[in-house]
Amino acid sequence: MEAVFSLLVALFFGVGIYLILSRHVIRIVLGIAIFGNAVNLLIFTSGRIMRETAPIIPGNLDLLPGPAANPLPQALILTAIVISFSFFAFILVLAYRAYQEIGVDDTIGMRISEPRDDALPPMGY
Amino acid sequence: MAATDPGALGAVLSGPVASGDWLVIAPVVIAIAAGALLLMLRHHLRWQAAYASGCLLLMLAANAALLVRVLSDGPLVMTMGRWLPPFGISFAADALGASFAVVATFVALICALSSARDIDTTGRRYGFYPFLMLMMAGVNGAFLTGDIFNLYVWFEVFLIASFGLLILGSEPAQIDGATKYGILNLLATALFLIATAYLYGAFGTLNMADIAVKAAGLRGSAPLMTIATLYLLAFGMKAAAFPVNFWLPAAYHTPRLVTAALFGGLLTKIGVYALLRSLVMIFPVERAALSEVIEWVAILTMICGVMGALAQTDVRRMFGFLVISGVGIMLAGLALGSPLGVSGTILYAVHSMLVMSALYLLAGAMREMGGSFLLTELGGIYRKSTFLTAVALLIFLAAAGLPPGSGLWPKVMLAKAAIDGGGWLLAGAILATGFMTSIALGRVFVLAFWRDAQKAGPVDSTIKSVPRLAIYAPLVSLTIPIVVLGIIPEQFIRIAELASAGLIDVTAYVRAVFPAGGS
Repeated sequence: MEAVFSLLVALFFGVGIYLILSRHVIRIVLGIAIFGNAVNLLIFTSGRIMRETAPIIPGNLDLLPGPAANPLPQALILTAIVISFSFFAFILVLAYRAYQEIGVDDTIGMRISEPRDDALPPMGY
Repeated sequence: MAATDPGALGAVLSGPVASGDWLVIAPVVIAIAAGALLLMLRHHLRWQAAYASGCLLLMLAANAALLVRVLSDGPLVMTMGRWLPPFGISFAADALGASFAVVATFVALICALSSARDIDTTGRRYGFYPFLMLMMAGVNGAFLTGDIFNLYVWFEVFLIASFGLLILGSEPAQIDGATKYGILNLLATALFLIATAYLYGAFGTLNMADIAVKAAGLRGSAPLMTIATLYLLAFGMKAAAFPVNFWLPAAYHTPRLVTAALFGGLLTKIGVYALLRSLVMIFPVERAALSEVIEWVAILTMICGVMGALAQTDVRRMFGFLVISGVGIMLAGLALGSPLGVSGTILYAVHSMLVMSALYLLAGAMREMGGSFLLTELGGIYRKSTFLTAVALLIFLAAAGLPPGSGLWPKVMLAKAAIDGGGWLLAGAILATGFMTSIALGRVFVLAFWRDAQKAGPVDSTIKSVPRLAIYAPLVSLTIPIVVLGIIPEQFIRIAELASAGLIDVTAYVRAVFPAGGS
């Protein structure tokens, strides 16, 4: 099962990186979102995929009676999803504002903070 | 999984936590509470700076008490939810984390004090001070946590707060810089998370002390080299190491100067801290295998950073490149890995937090006195203020690594460690970087301070005239520790050596996390 999932993770990473390599900000942002989901699936897979038994200890026992799903990766992914979702929302708004302010959705045209024709410092008095 | 081990029986602490142990989470608790408080008091615009400064003073006191305690009693640990580690999330302060937290909070306090003049009503209404406190919560949490996933969470906390600070003002240049900063930093934290996922898959634990202990037994079977390399890439990107540093010069000169001073002082050092924590403490064998790679990254970061600084006209952009070359010098100690090298890196990081913030605040003072950020237009500051000129000279000497500034001793330690370890190229690069930094900053001094004023009359109507004391006070309070560190460094060197010894020999750290003998 882990092998199938790792192929899926690889596919997600591939699509994410392909989009990030684009020149257009909106495609980069979408790529980041897919990349983030690839990472979430990776955490899920590296926590080992087990039975669909909930890890709840019966009242009369001190330990789990048998193998159960690992709850920790799910907690980690939940944290990561919350964080990456809020970041995605922020970056999406930021990209839209950048498009409004700068007028381009293209990393080559985004040279406001580092102008292309920046003068060199004076060489003497 | 580990949770089903019979040894996990009684995994909960009994008895109350010793009241002194609360000190380890106090800085983070104060910062988060202060952030929430400032959000509620957002309409008290006139008093926000005072509230924030008071809270930062409280945090500084807590951090100082924590450092004193850690230096006398060794690492201090508290585990959340009273679960025994490694099940609960541990906060673990050692000499490294506590001393970085003290310096970072001190720098933030000075920045908060000087923000009173730099942040206008609009900036306050958009929440500069709550963002500042939340960023400090993330920074302190990153320095004090003992759990690697928790470290990721604190990275994200200060990252999102830094977005808020970066775009305060919504100017096109800020939005342009923030887009690059945001996307590349998001990618870096995603890489961090990938490495952590592999780490969890291999170790089944996220507690740093637990990982450091278990790494020896897993070296044959788990892909530790892959994990260490991914951490190097992710934290190197956070620290702005050479091939992955392009977000920094795009963004750091755009925000308000107080924000730039905070970022230049603190954020890259958290990347360096995480590199030390992950590579020196958790994966020392992998670090040794990677040392040649790190050495070249360090050399290229130093040289490219300082070459970038030489080519800039805008002093803020020049200081951004100097931040990068400083990161290269810190990576030199990581490449060497010897106790002297690591303590040199730690001392350099402390120096860099103080000096880089001072440089950005100085850029603000230069604009108020000389009317511009550009070397082509600046001039005549010496005639306007001899005092500012003297302070600027001290800061420049410190940044270039010349006496009586704080940069001298860590550079001496790193150069000596490099020569001891046979890294002649590394030692040469450190010295050459110092030389070129003094050229770059010497040129700023000659053009902006010594040269006659370039334009007559009032220069820029957007520059408010502020009382001189408000300009001098923050600069002087940063310059005093810089000079003290340069003139009487013994105590600081001793703390740095203690911190590096605690990283290289993890026994004390592990014993503090697992008092009962552990796993």
